[in-house]
Amino acid sequence: MDNLLVKAGGWLALVFLAFLAMVLAVDGGFAVHMAIIMIACLIALWVTISKADYAAIGRGILKAPADPGKYDDDPIRWGVIATLFWGMAGFFVGLYIALQLAFPVLNLGLEYTTFGRLRPLHTSAVIFAFGGNALIATSFYVVQRTCRARLAFPRLARFVFWGYQLFIVLAATGYLMGVTQSKEYAEPEWYVDLWLTIVWVSYAAVYIGTIVKRSEPHIYVANWFFLSFILTVAMLHLVNGLAMPVSLLGAKSYSAFAGVQDALTQWWYGHNAVGFFLTAGFLGMMYYFVPKQAERPVYSYRLSIIHFWSLIFLYIWAGPHHLHYTALPDWAQTLGMVFSIVLWMPSWGGMINGLMTLNGAWDKIRTDPIIRMMVLALAFYGMSTFEGPMMSIKSVNSLSHYTDWTVGHVHSGALGWNGMITFAALYYMVPRLWGRQRLYSLRMVNWHFWFATIGIVLYAAAMWVAGIMQGLMWREYGDDGYLVYAFSEVVSAMFPMYVIRAAGGLLYLAGAAVMVYNVWMTIAGKVREEKSMTETPHDPEADKPLVAVPAE
Amino acid sequence: MSENKRVDQPTGTETVGHEWDGIEELDTPMPRWWLWTLYATIIWGIGYVILYPAIPMLNSASEGLLGWTSRGEYEQAVSARETELEPIRQALVSTDIRKLHGSPELMQQAVEGGRSAFKVHCVQCHGSGAAGSTGYPNLNDDDWLWGGDLEAIEYTLIHGIRNPDHDETRFSQMPAFGRDGILQATEIQDLVSHVRVLAGREKQSAAATRGAALFEANCAVCHAADGTGDRTQGAPNLTDAISLYGLDRASLTDTITNSRYGVMPRWGQRLDAATIRMLAAYVHSLGGGEKLPALQKVADTLNEGDGDEQS
Repeated sequence: MDNLLVKAGGWLALVFLAFLAMVLAVDGGFAVHMAIIMIACLIALWVTISKADYAAIGRGILKAPADPGKYDDDPIRWGVIATLFWGMAGFFVGLYIALQLAFPVLNLGLEYTTFGRLRPLHTSAVIFAFGGNALIATSFYVVQRTCRARLAFPRLARFVFWGYQLFIVLAATGYLMGVTQSKEYAEPEWYVDLWLTIVWVSYAAVYIGTIVKRSEPHIYVANWFFLSFILTVAMLHLVNGLAMPVSLLGAKSYSAFAGVQDALTQWWYGHNAVGFFLTAGFLGMMYYFVPKQAERPVYSYRLSIIHFWSLIFLYIWAGPHHLHYTALPDWAQTLGMVFSIVLWMPSWGGMINGLMTLNGAWDKIRTDPIIRMMVLALAFYGMSTFEGPMMSIKSVNSLSHYTDWTVGHVHSGALGWNGMITFAALYYMVPRLWGRQRLYSLRMVNWHFWFATIGIVLYAAAMWVAGIMQGLMWREYGDDGYLVYAFSEVVSAMFPMYVIRAAGGLLYLAGAAVMVYNVWMTIAGKVREEKSMTETPHDPEADKPLVAVPAE
Repeated sequence: MSENKRVDQPTGTETVGHEWDGIEELDTPMPRWWLWTLYATIIWGIGYVILYPAIPMLNSASEGLLGWTSRGEYEQAVSARETELEPIRQALVSTDIRKLHGSPELMQQAVEGGRSAFKVHCVQCHGSGAAGSTGYPNLNDDDWLWGGDLEAIEYTLIHGIRNPDHDETRFSQMPAFGRDGILQATEIQDLVSHVRVLAGREKQSAAATRGAALFEANCAVCHAADGTGDRTQGAPNLTDAISLYGLDRASLTDTITNSRYGVMPRWGQRLDAATIRMLAAYVHSLGGGEKLPALQKVADTLNEGDGDEQS
């Protein structure tokens, strides 16, 4: 009971602190954020009091012990739902800003709905909210099963989930209010950065702790990738986020870096957010769910070792290719380009290992829509990781940089690779996490596959055409040696491509909506009557941690 | 762990012997093409690092065998272009603008240069086709506010319009007849009717007749008794169908009530003389360019100006 009092008192104290900070705030954005934190603390206080197991406390037990014979899957179930929720939000905002580019009237003349405010909302929602929740959920799922151990610090794992959602809410509301430190993919201000640091360190503790207490003799390759993702993102976030706040009660801060050093730090961060968040993390996902769904052994252990170490060694140096032909010294540009090109094969190692794992199960591409999604994800992964090194070549970059080609490149990776592998993993996990016989409908997975695939093709093709057209028009010289086009003429030439891109986005969103319905019905315990497709059987008896000794 | 090794039937490959949650790993060698391509990119990378600036040292970086720098490449490209353009620019600046029409080739080069400079400096207001928009004159027609011959256009470009900190700027200011209480609202409506009659937008009416008297007393001094305007003051011709701010009743009421104060930057302090001359030639070439004033015209017409249209 004393413990409960201390906890409730702690939350109450935090409520008062947040209230005080809100009242004393020097700007509106900070005040709103403190109000959000106060509300979060109030909710935590309410949950602490109302959900406490008073019967157990009465018996002198602080908390009913969890069943050590089962994996700790609650935070994963929440993570699956959060992934879907933020995914829908992020895809919708993406569609909206795509339409804004074609029809600027959709900016609505309000500061909160301008492209400049909504664009970071979209990128953060899809990368950090959708992708981040997917990574946290799948990494907790995978690490328990490949270590045959329950999560190391169950309460910290719950804190990671809820703390991360608070980070997302603070970041998203900040963007709408114009609270930003203006670093791409690292827009949240100093206090939100500090909060994320606490959450991320907790995440690392839970993850590493679980690996440490594993029952398996070796650490599975998926965990190498997840681990490199967690550690590197921590390092990137800490260094790039270094800043001096103007006031401890205000949102504004100034970066510790200036000029070209700031640009280089930012793109060291930005490129490795792609490398370790969107590549290494999702490769971790791939290395577990592809062999599980295909029921085949991983293609090559040796390839996984070599491509893992070469990938993480090379990726961290490739950032300067975002700053070709800028004030960045030539030598740094050279290194960025060289490391990017050498990175080509290490990246492809993951694709080969994923695709070739289907050796002996190729027929499943025809019969299993989840496998089909995984194969498409790996194909787009391979395409993007070829396109990336190609675009880092200076002469290619001089055409592609600052054009929509970059946008197309990012989205073929994000929609094709990250999106599809996440969908496949979610479809794999949902029936197992909720103990259902199978998904509500495998046919609907197939529809989702086709909606998303056609959407990606429209999106990427439109952006390739738009980007190359922009690059060529900007550098078009007439007979007299003068530039031919005004910038505005290039902008108006983009209109049809922007409309096609938005159509692609709409299809992708529609596919995700089908998924939400399918997952909803699965969780509700429904099964759709339909012509059957290949299912991967699940053995609940094998899906348990090893319990050699009584749990502590 | 070797005791856990087994040969995988579909591939005929041995497993490594590890197993996690049912996942095994095959002991397949790395694909040769993959490995050799990796080596090839590494060798290429070493070669590139030798040829180009790459290795950072205390005060500078290795320069590379080719001696290439991005700044050097840029400077080379710019200076090659400068060398190519220099004779044209020299010729343009040293030629009397009144005699420019005498050398069609130079004129053509000036127009092309102007076309390019226009896309950088002028399209923001005048539009990429120079068709203008409300408040920003269309430069394709022959209706000019301050004069449409080469010299007048160049003067406008150099000195701008209504630059308060510049004595030679094109300057005039229409009174805000309503806001400053010079005319009553009803009188302004009569005046609007008259102006619309002048522009051929309305039939003659009693209101327009009352407006005509007001026009005579208040407007004719600048816009001329017949409404054809006065280029020395940039007072637009009201008798044509072209208007900078609109000929509908609401726009005209606004114009007469509050006046307008269109501003153009003076490019003389931002661009060099040759580029300005090129811009003048380009704008003149768009279709509405006028011939230079005839010799018999009085000297004061030389002060008048240039180039924008409106109504």
